[in-house]
Amino acid sequence: MGRIRTIARRTFLVGTAAVAGGLVVGWIAYKWPVANPLLDDLDEGDATLNPYVRIDRDGVTIITPRADLGQGAYSMQAALVAEELDVAWGGFSIEPGPPSAAYYNSTVLAEGFPFPATNDGFIASRARGLGGVISKLVGIQITGGSSTVPDGYEKLRMAGAVARQMLLGAAAKQTGLDVSALRTEAGAVITPDGTRIDYTTLGAAAAEISAPSTVTLKDPKEWRLLGKPMQRLDTVAKSTGTATYGIDIRLPGMVYATVRTNPRIGGEMLSVDDTAAKAAKGVIMVLPITGGVGVIADNTWRAFRAAALLKPQWGPAPYAATQKEIWDTVAASFTDDFKDSRFKNDGDVDDAISAAGAQAISAEYRVPFLAHAPLEPMNAVVKFTEGKLEIWTGTQVPRFLQQAAAKAAGIKADDVTLHAQISGGSFGRRLENDYVVQAVEVAVAHPGVPVKMTWTREEDMTHDFPRPLAMSRARGAVQDGQVHAFSLDIASPSVLASQTSRIGASPPGPAITIVAGAWDQPFAIPHYRVTGYRAPETVPVSSWRSVGASANGFLHECFLDELMQAAGADPLRERIRLCTHDASRRVLEAVGELSGWGTPLAAGRGRGLAFTLSFGVPVAEVVEVTNTPAGITIDKVFVACEVGRVLDPVNFESQVQGGVIWGLGHAMNAEITYADGMAEQTNFHQFYGMNLGQAPVIVVKALETATEVRGIGEPPVPPAAAALANAIFAATGQRVRELPLRKQVRFV
Amino acid sequence: MRLTVNGQPHDLDVEPEMPLLWALRDELGITGPKYGCGLGVCGACTVHVGGKAVRSCSAPVGSIKGPVTTIEGLGTPEALHAVQRAWIDLQVAQCGYCQAGQIMTAAALLAVNKQPTDADVDQAMSANLCRCGTYPRIREAVHRAAAALGGR
Repeated sequence: MGRIRTIARRTFLVGTAAVAGGLVVGWIAYKWPVANPLLDDLDEGDATLNPYVRIDRDGVTIITPRADLGQGAYSMQAALVAEELDVAWGGFSIEPGPPSAAYYNSTVLAEGFPFPATNDGFIASRARGLGGVISKLVGIQITGGSSTVPDGYEKLRMAGAVARQMLLGAAAKQTGLDVSALRTEAGAVITPDGTRIDYTTLGAAAAEISAPSTVTLKDPKEWRLLGKPMQRLDTVAKSTGTATYGIDIRLPGMVYATVRTNPRIGGEMLSVDDTAAKAAKGVIMVLPITGGVGVIADNTWRAFRAAALLKPQWGPAPYAATQKEIWDTVAASFTDDFKDSRFKNDGDVDDAISAAGAQAISAEYRVPFLAHAPLEPMNAVVKFTEGKLEIWTGTQVPRFLQQAAAKAAGIKADDVTLHAQISGGSFGRRLENDYVVQAVEVAVAHPGVPVKMTWTREEDMTHDFPRPLAMSRARGAVQDGQVHAFSLDIASPSVLASQTSRIGASPPGPAITIVAGAWDQPFAIPHYRVTGYRAPETVPVSSWRSVGASANGFLHECFLDELMQAAGADPLRERIRLCTHDASRRVLEAVGELSGWGTPLAAGRGRGLAFTLSFGVPVAEVVEVTNTPAGITIDKVFVACEVGRVLDPVNFESQVQGGVIWGLGHAMNAEITYADGMAEQTNFHQFYGMNLGQAPVIVVKALETATEVRGIGEPPVPPAAAALANAIFAATGQRVRELPLRKQVRFV
Repeated sequence: MRLTVNGQPHDLDVEPEMPLLWALRDELGITGPKYGCGLGVCGACTVHVGGKAVRSCSAPVGSIKGPVTTIEGLGTPEALHAVQRAWIDLQVAQCGYCQAGQIMTAAALLAVNKQPTDADVDQAMSANLCRCGTYPRIREAVHRAAAALGGR
């Protein structure tokens, strides 16, 4: 472990190069001719280098190409490098780096194959390796799928270790001492007599040292930073109003813009009366853009006000216009014509259920469309000058953004410079480039000055690409106090097909997201089947925190709870009995212990359990509720999960708590519905999760026993809704099979 | 019109109906207060006017009668307000976009209620949305700030 040859098997190697006055360390991608992002003149044959560390006279810079959307990705990437480089925490700068295929994500697609995370067998690991190859070939620089940590865990530490080794080599040469006599600490090489040689003075000389053919990574026992509570690098700025988000960018000569486009997503604008808008104070220009109108003014509010004065005639929606029609489309998809996958098919479900006769159990469940609605509405600053674009915005997909912007401006992708910004949330929203393309269209019409395009909240909420709705038809049977048969049919549109259609691609094979978090659960139910039906896309949809599992955790775990209740089995003990995966069993046992499962609760109180294995992370949650005269209160949530290793306990707990609140809040209250082709919810008075007063105490326990290190941004979400619904059943006897729960349950 | 923000007087030549938020952000370049909803329902734009928490997205600048304090004026990285200190110590922020509003709301609460109960905190803070789900840490941070300010 931790040696270069281990890495080399995965087709990349640590490389180094000289830059003016310094050293750059990164990854060489073999036999893969892509342009190098920071080293235009590097000549390495067909190998290229993607820098993660730059050391020059100006200081140490760590490149953090995965976007920080609030999940702390910048700090985590920096910590992985800094641990091995031996720089003091905060004793360096960070840069997001330019869009580059070299910053490909080898993890995110690897999970997109029909092998459960519990399967480490030969075929599964080969297929996951293939995911890495595909990701590399298409150079997907993407932030998502809770992949920042697993993708960077070795890469970034190795980059830091190689840089450190070369700095030591340079110091040895300079002092005439042997490398073994030297040590490193806080950004300096220390000689035996205590002299500190700052890294910044060694960068240029280090670039002349041959890169080590092997380095050994620190034993985790020696870690200074990783595994210990860290202060995120952005905490002070975000607590003092000094953090600059994309929406805060200010540039000389900048003008302000907004857009209004057809709220029937993808529909045209037939005509517009813009007389009043053009006459409004501060308006510089009103221009047509794809599907609507752009307004440029001297102040964002004046642009908003003018846009509100537009009188557009919108064309029809290119999809079923009402929520009922959309549901009908999904309901009609449970047929062979739409059958998409059956990755799980154990025993003989049909036989087992017919044998149960009238004792068989069935239920239909529904989950709604959900908007991402990050609190920072979509925005981008764009400057178009002499055929080139400069863009300041937050994005999860820098290279797709570059390509989309180039296409919109009719220029080459190389002529698009992206200055990546931190985002005020995203949850998957910034996997899309619609807002950037609009900002480019506006800026191209008003060249030479930066244009800051900001969406109103109403534009944002009505132009989300939502988490798709889904419906399940579940059947099952119990026998001798045990779950005997479980058939889960799920119909939903394909997120990946919808997303890739917007970049002109279409993914082959079944849509994993339709059944993710359901087909791949580690339970040995004798007759167990999960079937995915690909419902036609109506409203265009997208990835939303935890993607397919966000719906399927609810669909799978509530019906499993129904079966266990019918069997008279204890939901925890029965899951443990059925569990086939050691890490998952440990997680279930841990949540039982943590929550005092089985201990008596006062009258009116109830406890619900749910478990979902998603993104390779088993998570079990117990929710405790009280049925009060004023409604349901969510008192406590206990979470146990297994990620291999917790790299920052503070941020880890924040991500888990945030994921639970995300899952619970939307389950309680949120849905996007469509009428006349338009989202009916336009702002946070109509679409919201939970508020602070409703937030439970959330107790988190991480197990660190698995070998793979995993990310935690998404996995806490899928079990939350199910654990809550199961708790409500336990407290009230009411089984709620449709989200949001508030349609049938009153919350305090 | 004259507007005092963070102790600095400014002359503004804007429509009185322009929301304070946009006068601050686009006219004065004070970007700590954030635009989230424009309806006063999310709280990301919260500032103090004469010491009271005000939703600047829904307050016409012409109606502002007192001195305005934004997150930048509450405290700075070099001279933190106790609420900011607590927010940093407990690492409340995730995306951080709502936190200026959360901190300003908490500071306004503690200015009038030195020793808020859990119920007081829930009451005062429940109209500030956080999409990332930082609520458990916000609760803890408000109590910590109260303690630091000498409430107990």
